[in-house]
Amino acid sequence: MPKEYIPILLFLLVAISVPVLGLLAGKVIRPGGFFFRASRNPAKLTPYECGVDTEGNARDRYGVRFYIISILFVVFDVETVFLFPWAIIYNKLALFGLIEMLIFLGFLIIGYIYVWQKGALEWV
Amino acid sequence: MITTSHYLILSTIILTIGIVGVLTRRNVLIVLMSIELIFNAVNINLVAFSKQLQNTIGQVFVVFVITVAAAEAAVGLGIVIALFRNKEKINLDEIDLLKW
Amino acid sequence: MSLEISYWAVIPEIVLSLAGIVIMLLAPIVEPESRGRLGYLAFIGTVLAGAATAPLWNKSMVAFNGMITVDNYGTFLRLIFILIAALSILLSVHFNRREEINHGEYFALILFATAGMSLMAAGTDLIIIFLGLEILSIATYVLAGFKRSDVKSNESSLKYFLLGSFSTAFLLYGIAFAYGATGSTNLQNIRQALGAATQGTRLLGPQTNTLLLLSLALLIAGFGFKVATVPFHIWTPDVYEGAPTPVTTFMAVGPKAAGFAAFLRLLLTAMPAYHWYWAGILWILAALTMTLGNVVALVQPNLKRMLAYSSIAHAGYILIGMAAGRELNASPILFYILAYTLMSVGAFAVVLTVSGKGDLRVNLDDYAGLGFQQPVLSFALSLCLLSLAGIPLTAGFMGKFYLFTTAVQAGYVGLVIIAALNSVVSVFYYVRPVIYMFMRESTSPAPEISVPVPVIITLIITTIGTLWLGIFPAGFIQLAKESLLALK
Repeated sequence: MPKEYIPILLFLLVAISVPVLGLLAGKVIRPGGFFFRASRNPAKLTPYECGVDTEGNARDRYGVRFYIISILFVVFDVETVFLFPWAIIYNKLALFGLIEMLIFLGFLIIGYIYVWQKGALEWV
Repeated sequence: MITTSHYLILSTIILTIGIVGVLTRRNVLIVLMSIELIFNAVNINLVAFSKQLQNTIGQVFVVFVITVAAAEAAVGLGIVIALFRNKEKINLDEIDLLKW
Repeated sequence: MSLEISYWAVIPEIVLSLAGIVIMLLAPIVEPESRGRLGYLAFIGTVLAGAATAPLWNKSMVAFNGMITVDNYGTFLRLIFILIAALSILLSVHFNRREEINHGEYFALILFATAGMSLMAAGTDLIIIFLGLEILSIATYVLAGFKRSDVKSNESSLKYFLLGSFSTAFLLYGIAFAYGATGSTNLQNIRQALGAATQGTRLLGPQTNTLLLLSLALLIAGFGFKVATVPFHIWTPDVYEGAPTPVTTFMAVGPKAAGFAAFLRLLLTAMPAYHWYWAGILWILAALTMTLGNVVALVQPNLKRMLAYSSIAHAGYILIGMAAGRELNASPILFYILAYTLMSVGAFAVVLTVSGKGDLRVNLDDYAGLGFQQPVLSFALSLCLLSLAGIPLTAGFMGKFYLFTTAVQAGYVGLVIIAALNSVVSVFYYVRPVIYMFMRESTSPAPEISVPVPVIITLIITTIGTLWLGIFPAGFIQLAKESLLALK
């Protein structure tokens, strides 16, 4: 038997055992499982033990506000992608790079001011 | 050993998924996501070429593609919202006021 | 590390963007009723941009490590784009008040789109061309849907957006392949790499050729979408019909001209080695585009839609020049773009004015008897339509004449015959509104049509320009020739 396959076998074993063990552990320690009675505390049976109770179906319409927030997030979040390459060669670019980046960030701030002025940041 | 060809094949698969998505799905949001998939296929291509050619132009390009894709997604969502406010539906089949 | 930074090379873009930003910031502050007046500010912005661009004439420089090239080709086109923006803004000021579109952002977006077009004309790196294209496209997606309460406008915007970004994805794929095959996105470097490849010393082994052909096909598809050549034209009529009319005007000339500008530079600078392939593809596209555009335009009762198909047909004519476009032969394209801009904007300006609030009167029947009620408007529309048809003494005629003769000299006789037949067909639908206006009795009572001052200014510029180019074309042909000398 070729020895090279032993790691694969081990890998398979580990891969299978992780979900099996996980599920088993859940089975053992959950309320109404091996150790605990279900009826001791009804809150233990809700999907989220702490926090607000869920209401209605998840496939419902969301307020349009969420979309606007997500649009703003996408735009402003992605702009930071330019900061990383800049940071890496910051020393080479020196002052010139700093000024250029400040101009770039200035444009972002202008965008931010615009969004603010438009009232898109307020939760109506 | 993973070579450039592998990346190109992966990219082609993603491209195909994206194109099929654009052509067959009727929900605007899913079409939008499919278009984003194609953009990402391009990104994989660019990075793979960049690695093979040992120059950074491809990677620089990827940064710009990501930004542009985000801007497009934002505008797309905005357009969908505007349409939804007037029409209350986002299935492409039902958007038929103007003949194709 | 050496950085070639020369802000003078991008001065038009800087001025346009700054004007756009100022307007964008003012828009939420200004009183809602007077936001439309920001249009005048935008107009001043375009005038400033034009003034900043003009000194670049006859200058040539390479800036930003070869990403931007200032040459007469770019400068000529940049000036045309700024003219397009200025005229569209003039048309919008009145239109937006009539349709109650009180958003200052509208004008900012036109300026940003113009900055994008201008980048496309000056960019000599695929990254810049791509960025310019996207700045332009994203702004126009929004502009198309600017009449937010109108479902048609929304739909138009959505269609333009979906098909536009789909095509951009193809274009990007093409760019990625070109980069993979040549190792650069700079047009000059691509040219050198291809020159080496065709001389037998291939860069990346045998797959280079296939990759490049694939890239060429994808690039043609991508640009084909933007300039609406025939297999990729489906979106055009719908989008043009649904968008607010000044935006339609802008879209029918601006992005199209910008697409051609970047495409021509790409083909001539980067890919002369593959001339045989792209000329063949463009030959077929040109024939298809002209024919379909003209034939379908014949049966359109809606004037806006008719002009949309006519713009497809005109893209077909320009494609002839592209197919034949090696070196000096391409100067007719620039002349044609200028002529097309003037006559098309003129025609749209009249359609916009006649249509009235809510864009209701856009059908041919609505034009019956208009010649007696509005002689000046009707005359302007007739002149522009006759010019579009290519009747002598107009810009359209000189443009076509110049284009076709150079194409014949370049050996594209077959294509020119098709084009000439198409021109004959096109006369039918261009002359029909003229007949309606002057030879039919009006069926309904005369509508109230107010012709505001900005529209009058636009009409004066376009009609005089159309006549001037038609009667004294020599100066502008010389300009177009000088512009092309720079493109090598």
